[in-house]
Formats: sequence, structure tokens, C-alpha cells
Amino acid sequence: MELLNFHGYGPSILKGAVLTIEVAVLSLLLALFLGLGAAMAKLSKNRFLNFIATVYTTVIRGVPDLVLMLLIFFGAQIMVNNFSDWLYYSFDIEFFINIDAFVAGICTIGFIFGAYMAETFRGAYLAVDAGQIEAGKAYGMNARQIFIRILFPQMMRHALPGLGNNWMVLLKTTALVSVIGLADMVRLAKEASGAVHEPFKFFIPVAAVYLLITFISEVILKRLETRYSVGVSKP
Amino acid sequence: MFESLTELLNQNDIFTVATLLQYWDGLVTTVQLVFLSLVVGLVIAIPLAILQSLNNPFISKPIWLYVYVFRGTPLLIQLYIIYYGITYIDGIQESFWWHIFKDPFYPALIAFALNTAAYTTEIIRGSIAQTSRGEIEAAKAYGMSWWQMTRRIVLPSAFRRALPAYSNEVIFMLHASAIASVVTIVDLTGAAQNIYSRFYAPFEAFTFVALIYLCLTFLLVFIFRKLEARLLAHLRPRTH
Repeated sequence: MELLNFHGYGPSILKGAVLTIEVAVLSLLLALFLGLGAAMAKLSKNRFLNFIATVYTTVIRGVPDLVLMLLIFFGAQIMVNNFSDWLYYSFDIEFFINIDAFVAGICTIGFIFGAYMAETFRGAYLAVDAGQIEAGKAYGMNARQIFIRILFPQMMRHALPGLGNNWMVLLKTTALVSVIGLADMVRLAKEASGAVHEPFKFFIPVAAVYLLITFISEVILKRLETRYSVGVSKP
Repeated sequence: MFESLTELLNQNDIFTVATLLQYWDGLVTTVQLVFLSLVVGLVIAIPLAILQSLNNPFISKPIWLYVYVFRGTPLLIQLYIIYYGITYIDGIQESFWWHIFKDPFYPALIAFALNTAAYTTEIIRGSIAQTSRGEIEAAKAYGMSWWQMTRRIVLPSAFRRALPAYSNEVIFMLHASAIASVVTIVDLTGAAQNIYSRFYAPFEAFTFVALIYLCLTFLLVFIFRKLEARLLAHLRPRTH
């Protein structure tokens, strides 16, 4: 029991771990949503959508996560401030939003990984045999039916390894939210080790939690991959 | 030309000669840090990858563990452990090592090098394992020893195959180096943070630095594309 007490910091670091998982899962959902959208935009014949999606995926993947996070966190706050100033001076309306580190963190990570997901989804879509889609059309299915019944299940098989990789990188990126002031387990460990002067005692358990999450994700991904590969011979 | 540039810079408050010099110093630090980490990382990774391909469990299990731990935990944690941890090694503050380690640059360099070494080991190990059986059999038939075979046949072809994945790792390292600013190193991101806090202008400060990173990324992509075209020329589909 003494071992797990961590000078009384144990419970708060555990809360930090929960926060880390929350941030990771919520930003994963946002990233999947944005990624699917951007992939569809990239594959569409609309020039404008194509251009927007290409700029999005190229720029995001060319800039460090931390810089984007600082830009969105601090930049968005100023934008909101300017907007509320403008509202106040022009219309005499008092309106103010404080950008929350939690929301900013999730939005940034989701926005960044949406770009990576888009590439994964695009590759997976292109890997599905065109004949399958034609067959769906020949059966008289509409676009939605083709997507749900034919495209999506086969796409997932090709996309899963890439998605799994992105998830692991995303999980580790959540450590950066500690820099913009969110009390995730990295920040709590840093504060605790600063107070007690025992860095190893806090950072190593936190690292172990990340390893544990990675390990569990690997197991789940392997199961999912087997599930989506049913009916395909293993090489 | 120079005068018109100065005139242009005088038109705004933020991007003056002084702040641009801060960005320049940050750029130099970032490039140094990334380049040295990559070199040290490669020096560690190549022997580890070769050792791992020997299939001796007593050697490959510890290497596997090292790779798994460094790839499975955030770089920020690794940096914190090394940066804050070194201070608490008994007697280090009295030894001459302290002159080196009180500067945050070296702990960051160690963390980055160990991190990239883990990823690079995995990349090179994978491409060594992909060496076609025929090449190895041919080398054996020529009577080459293990070392000769590794040096002349296995490594050159493995490095070529590793190049596309390694170029990704280099770009990843460039982006990861932004974390150095967290331990008070004034790299590109650190310079941007200083300029942000001085002028309270996050958009200008961070957008400018994002553009510099973007240019660096494109430069790296361009260099690696040229390198791949040269070194992987034999794998290109034939055109005639």
C-alpha cells in the first residue's frame, strides 16, 4: 500500500490517467470523423473540395503538433477576445468565452490526426477492388447501401493497421496537452516530482501506464484485424 | 535590396530584425539538435538491428524491450525522466559531467537520440529481415564469412529498403524536436514562445514558425526523394 501511495499523489495521478484516456478517445473520434470527411473530399471530383483537403493534410502533417497546439490554444483565445470586443463595442452585447484547455487539446489533437486518418482512409478506399463497387451498383444498391454493405467492411480491413498506428501515436501525443496546462497524468507527475524531488518515482509509473494502454490496444487491434480479415486467406 | 527589406520590416512591430534573429538562432538550435540526435541514433540503431537479426534470445529480448519501451511511451516523458532525473544522480553535481548536463541541450539530445534509435532499430531490423533468401545463399556460396556477408550484401540492400521509412522518421524527429522548448531550450518553438509572450501576438508568432517548419519538412521530403530516386533506381519500373 505504501508503494502505491506516491507521497499522497497516487489518487490525483490516477485521475490524470483517466483524463489522458478521455482526451485520447474523444480526439480519436474527432480525428476519425475529420479523416473520413477529408478522405472523401480528396477522392471526390470536386476541384475545390480536393484543394481544401490537400492543403489540410499537407500543412498539418508538415508542422509539429506542439506548434499547432500552441497556435490553436493561444491564437483561438485572442480570436474569441477580439470577437467579443467587437460585439461589445458595436452592439453593446457582453459575450465572453474562455477557451478551455480540455476542449482546445481535444480539438487540436483531433484536427491533427484527422489529416493522418485521411491518408489512411484514402489508401484503404483505393485498395478496395473497383469490381466490388460495380457489382454493388449492378445489384441496384444506392450509394449509402454500397458504402455500408460493401465499401466500409472491406475498407476497414485495409485501414485497420494504419488506424492502429495512428491511435498509438495519438495516445502519445496526448502527453503534449500538459504543456498547455491541462492536468493530465504527465503534468501531475511533473508537479509531484517537483514538490518531492523524486522524478523517477513519478515519471516511471506514468510511463508504465502508457505502456499498459499501448499493450491493451495492441491486443484489441489484433482481434479486430482477425475479425475484419475473415474470408481472406492469410499470406 | 537591403534597404527595401529594412523598410518592409519597419512597417510592422513584430517581425523586426531583432525578432527575426531570434527565429534564426532558434532555427540553428533546432537543426543542430535534430541532426546530432539522428547521427547518434543511427550509431546506436545499426549495431542493435544487426544484433537483433542474429536470433539469439539473450541478445534480442533486451533489445526488443528497449525498443518497445521507447516506442510505447511519449517522448515528453522520456525527456522529463532524463532532464529531471540526471540532476538526482548521486554526486553528479560535483563531477565534471555537471558542466555538460546543467545545460538542457544535452539531456534533450540524449532523450531524442535514444528515442529515434528505438524507432530506427525497428526500421532497419525490418528491412534486414526482408533480405531475399537468394542473396544470402549466393553470398554463402561465394564462401563469405558472416561479417563479410553482412557488410557487403545484407546491409547495403537493407539500408536502401529502409530509406522510405527512415525519411518519415527524420521528419518525425524534426517535429518531435519542438518538445525541446518545454525544458527551456530556445529552439524554433522556444523562440516563437518568447516572441508570443513579448508581443502577445500568438497568431503571428506561431504561424511564422509553423511556416518555417513546413519549409524544413518540404526540404527534407525533397532531399529524400532525390536520394531515393538515386539509390532505388534499380527498383523503378522499366520504361521503354
